Amino acid sequence: MWRHFYVKNKFIKNINHINCYHCGDSCSEAIVVNEKSFCCEGCKQVFLLLNENELCNYYAIDSNPGIKAKGKFVSNKYQFLEDESIIKKLVQFNTSTQTNITFQLPQIHCSSCVYLLENLHRINSGIIKSQTNFHRKEVFIAFNPQQISLRKVVELLAFIGYEPTITINESENKIENNFNRKRIYKIGIAGFCFANIMMLSFPEYFSSGNIDEQQLKHIFSWLIFALSLPVLLYSASDFFISAYNGIQQKFLNIDAPIAFAIVITYGRSYYEIISGTGAGFLDSGTGIVFFMLVGRWFQTKTYDSLSFERNYKSYFPLGVTVIVDNKEKNISVTQLKKGNRIIIRNEEIIPADAVLISDLANIDYSFVSGENVPVNKKCGDLVFAGGKLIGKAIELKIVKEVSQSYITQLWNNDIFLHKKNEQQSFIHPWSKYFTIALFSIALATTCYWYFIDVSKLWNALTAVLIVACPCSLLLSATFTYGNVLRYLGKYKLFLKNSSVIESLSNINTIVFDKTGTITNTISTLYEGTQLSELELSYVKLLAAQSTHPLSKKIVNQIQIENSQQFSIQHFKEYSGLGLEGVINNCNIKIGSAKFLNKQITDQASLQTNVYIKIHDVIKGKFVFNNIYRDGIKALINALNKNKYELHVLSGDNNAELLNMENLFETKANINFKQTPQEKLNYIKTLQQKNKKVLMLGDGLNDAGALMQSDVGIAISDHSSRFSPACDALLDGNHLFQLNQFLKYSKASKKIITASFILSILYNIVGVGFAAQSLLSPMIAAILMPLSSISIVIFVGILTKITAFKTIAKNN
Amino acid sequence: MSVIIILIIASVLVALGFLTAFLWSVKSGQYDDDYTPSIRMLFDDEIKTEKINQTNTPIKSIK
Repeated sequence: MWRHFYVKNKFIKNINHINCYHCGDSCSEAIVVNEKSFCCEGCKQVFLLLNENELCNYYAIDSNPGIKAKGKFVSNKYQFLEDESIIKKLVQFNTSTQTNITFQLPQIHCSSCVYLLENLHRINSGIIKSQTNFHRKEVFIAFNPQQISLRKVVELLAFIGYEPTITINESENKIENNFNRKRIYKIGIAGFCFANIMMLSFPEYFSSGNIDEQQLKHIFSWLIFALSLPVLLYSASDFFISAYNGIQQKFLNIDAPIAFAIVITYGRSYYEIISGTGAGFLDSGTGIVFFMLVGRWFQTKTYDSLSFERNYKSYFPLGVTVIVDNKEKNISVTQLKKGNRIIIRNEEIIPADAVLISDLANIDYSFVSGENVPVNKKCGDLVFAGGKLIGKAIELKIVKEVSQSYITQLWNNDIFLHKKNEQQSFIHPWSKYFTIALFSIALATTCYWYFIDVSKLWNALTAVLIVACPCSLLLSATFTYGNVLRYLGKYKLFLKNSSVIESLSNINTIVFDKTGTITNTISTLYEGTQLSELELSYVKLLAAQSTHPLSKKIVNQIQIENSQQFSIQHFKEYSGLGLEGVINNCNIKIGSAKFLNKQITDQASLQTNVYIKIHDVIKGKFVFNNIYRDGIKALINALNKNKYELHVLSGDNNAELLNMENLFETKANINFKQTPQEKLNYIKTLQQKNKKVLMLGDGLNDAGALMQSDVGIAISDHSSRFSPACDALLDGNHLFQLNQFLKYSKASKKIITASFILSILYNIVGVGFAAQSLLSPMIAAILMPLSSISIVIFVGILTKITAFKTIAKNN
Repeated sequence: MSVIIILIIASVLVALGFLTAFLWSVKSGQYDDDYTPSIRMLFDDEIKTEKINQTNTPIKSIK
């Protein structure tokens, strides 16, 4: 098998400051193989596998491209992939000799990844073909199920460091893809027709409408007529549909004046062509459609590898091991019933509320409730769904089904059923005034020509309506938003769509979650009498016997060379309390205050402390503190200065209250011990006071609040990690720039106003010609692309300058 | 002047040819991923040189 190797020249050496050849981590104890150093056994194994299959180019394309191997591989983790019903849901195509499947691999980050993943067939001949999509972070794999099972494929991927994210919501991607293609078809066809009509219109322009050969003139106009049809009937269909939907809801949306302008332009042009009185304005007409479609496409920048719509289902596991008649069996989580006994292994997530049957368990709820320290559970305790097990495997008895569990109940809330109401853009009132202004000008023109020269009335009226098409107005908004979206993406704020920019610019209240949002890690600090090196090594040895997360943190914290080897006697672990042991005739106890009979103040009882007792003397304690993200203080100050109302909602206890008060310089708006539902309600109450609320959160417990808020930003430290449904994703390292992002979104509004004014100037010139009945197809053909392109350039430059001024300069 | 009609028909036909080519390329998924092919095309040549190096490595494996 490919996992077992015989290595001749393996030896271990102590080298300082050497980076792992595979993953690039610095390693103190390097394992050297083939003159290459590795930080751990896992990385070495991956290298050996690649080496054996002559895939070492992996290391040549990018240096240290590997993903740190997660150590020993849990062999039962993917057992559920042997279940036929699960396989059926995951694969796209299945015959006896070929199975096709697409995996999400969030770890893909460089060209080496692509190289390795596309050469999987060289590692295992059962894999027929593998193809990556770098932007989507996906790999398509076709394999022969007779030679290699799905489970083996996934295990191979996991072994080489690319552990796939397996969820069953794949079908959405397909629809998205088709939608995008349809859009490109429409743009392509509109562009084709526009360019050809333009070309066929040249004779008309140069002869100022007096082509000598009537026959040629006829042929040109009928060709133009034919070419314009696909644009009207296919490319422009979205505008008509949207305008129709708007009117049905008794609401004039921005597409209504466009649809109207298109109808007028085409109507008059067709009339002229059919009656043989002129050439029409079809070049401008198709141009409008083409530019508008390009603008819309530009505006919807999508981040293929990010998902904004995730719910708890993509966080929870797909399959779970149940025990039936003393036998392990894999079923999908949806089949879990009350009373089922299940097995959860290290690092796995508990799928439903359950009672612990095993003696002990450490469960990390940081993502679910915001509690920052793993919780110790004993036999008979209730464990909630969403917690992550740390330590050895446990057995549980389900008490609630998955959808009825404490955390998943949040999704039964109404707000998850309805999509967020798209806010009315500030462009809409503009377009309303615009429409009113346009119609009064049209009316004035009609009156004027009615009294002066009735024969020119229809000409002038339709010309006014054609030239005053609000398309440049709309183009300015779509291109500005498209640009803003791109610049924000550059600074790792990924917006779901462009309407979020406007919501963001209206924000006046900001609500923060604590754990994972304001804080990101936990620091370990020692307070008390200085411990000697010997004592420290005793404590380390004692703590190393336990799998408790706090013990592990202590072990990591004490960095001393273990010069002497001690043995430990009378070791005993008291669950949820502490440890006890005798080392070198020295009696040592470490654990909670209760365990060591120490009286403590209320404030200290909220903190997470581990006390050290050596020879019946309490020497000191390890304090576990939250570390605040870089630049958070400066951010809060800046936000306070800009008159934003700030709130904090934390699921944790109030141990950090003092720190938070110092940070926010206020007491009133800091709330602790908030349940997910309370968080949601809190946002609702704020909104009822007419506040525009921005919520920043990271965990499942913030999902409701993120959904309820006007803008919900999920903070994520790795784009690969799960994040709840939201309007925007922000890289945690860029949180300190929040104030600048808000400023930029406000500035974008001003840019749009400026470009509106510019486009209105164009319109005044155009309408000036039109109202005098002087608008020839040539003037229309010059004015239309000129105004569109100059506006695109104008907003392009302005957004770039403001992005530099508001974000980059302060970076 | 009638020759111009033939020319125009020819030019429109050529343009239509390009349009179909474009639509076909979108349909066959060539625009779905506009980045990975640029990485992929750089791989093939290097593999052979790597193979020569490989013969010197002392690692053997038992399958």
